[in-house]
Amino acid sequence: MEIAGNIRSARDLGLVACRRCAKVWPADTSECGRCGHRLQSRDTGALQRVWAWWIVGMICYIPANVYPMLATRTLVSNQENTIIGGALDLAHHGSYGIALIIIVASVVIPIGKFMAVAALALGVRQGSRLSPLRRQQLYEVVEYIGRWSMIDVFVVAILSSLVQLGALASISPGKASLFFALSVVFTMLSAQSFDSRMIWDEDAPERADAPAPRGVTA
Amino acid sequence: MDDEPATNHPFHPGGTQPVTDLDDLIACPRCDAVYHVEEPEHGQRAVCARCHAVLIAPRKRAGKQIIAIALAVVVLVVAATVFPFLSISAAGVVHRSSVLDAALAFSGSPLLVGLSLAVAALIVVIPVTRALLAIYVLTPLVLDRRPYSGAIRAFRVSEALRPWSMAEIFAIGCAVALVKVADLAQVAFGPAFWMFSALVVLTMVQDSFMCRYSVWKSLET
Repeated sequence: MEIAGNIRSARDLGLVACRRCAKVWPADTSECGRCGHRLQSRDTGALQRVWAWWIVGMICYIPANVYPMLATRTLVSNQENTIIGGALDLAHHGSYGIALIIIVASVVIPIGKFMAVAALALGVRQGSRLSPLRRQQLYEVVEYIGRWSMIDVFVVAILSSLVQLGALASISPGKASLFFALSVVFTMLSAQSFDSRMIWDEDAPERADAPAPRGVTA
Repeated sequence: MDDEPATNHPFHPGGTQPVTDLDDLIACPRCDAVYHVEEPEHGQRAVCARCHAVLIAPRKRAGKQIIAIALAVVVLVVAATVFPFLSISAAGVVHRSSVLDAALAFSGSPLLVGLSLAVAALIVVIPVTRALLAIYVLTPLVLDRRPYSGAIRAFRVSEALRPWSMAEIFAIGCAVALVKVADLAQVAFGPAFWMFSALVVLTMVQDSFMCRYSVWKSLET
């Protein structure tokens, strides 16, 4: 597809766009007349909110890994498992596939998300080696995949309600499940606070300086 | 991205068009690029030329299909709440668990009551709310009537809730839980598990049918 070099952003044109319904308004409009969304050319507080949620999410992620996620009680044993401990346990029993799902959903995705959101937020301030399109794609992946970290919380909820076999075996949730759920929620809020339009802003000044350039976007 | 023409043209100020007619413009919500609106044919999509976000994607009879899917979602979620999704048996003791049980599993200790409520909200309340809001917003549009009062507000709430609707993630959680307790006892899927599996497909189809631009435009008039 040919990428036109003369794409102008609403801000360059002295307009403001509604992020919810895509309608365009004069720059001094404060509320979208179609959908009622608050209009802001660039969300100036966005990065602060991103970092605030990011830090809270990170803080919650620590106890989520330290405290037990599940407490399993059977006739012969009484066991408390952390997230990683539980996954290792599964691997020992030969369920490598499920161990992998848990590790990916509870460790790889959350940590990858922390790093990706931090990279995106830093990239707005300091520039980035990645092209805007790559960063936009990274952001979309983060937004899409973040919710799936909830899977481990659901597994804990399912197990604790299901495995109630009296003295034979019972499973109850540990403190970590609460912290883990909070961590997922906070990182989702952090990603949602990010204003993706900022990814595309940095090359705008060049464009305005050079009259009628042929864009050489990737 | 090769089969879809980008039907929107970048907007140039100072051209023949007066800048005042902002109704003809659309801005990419992801990257702020401004285009002239040129609505694509049914089944085609208008894509932002620089960030590739889908701007407009009208479909024939999308409204009716979304309403049908939303009704199915309501029925499925409500039914899946009541029926057991997994059953477990060990040494003659059988235990069946429904979503209600799962949601209330945390309520034992006070620390975890909040979590149990959140789980119930994520897998039951929010998906059903979104489906009902979609029906409320789209029904008058499909019937070519005026939108119901508060339809704009309803659609806003529905859009804001979108990332928090997690019924489909719960289905995968069931599958993981099944394997986790497989060596502890015999476990079997109940009817609700299959309902949640159907929900995974339905929510994906519903999201791909929904053209937000078209809905907002219809709500405007």
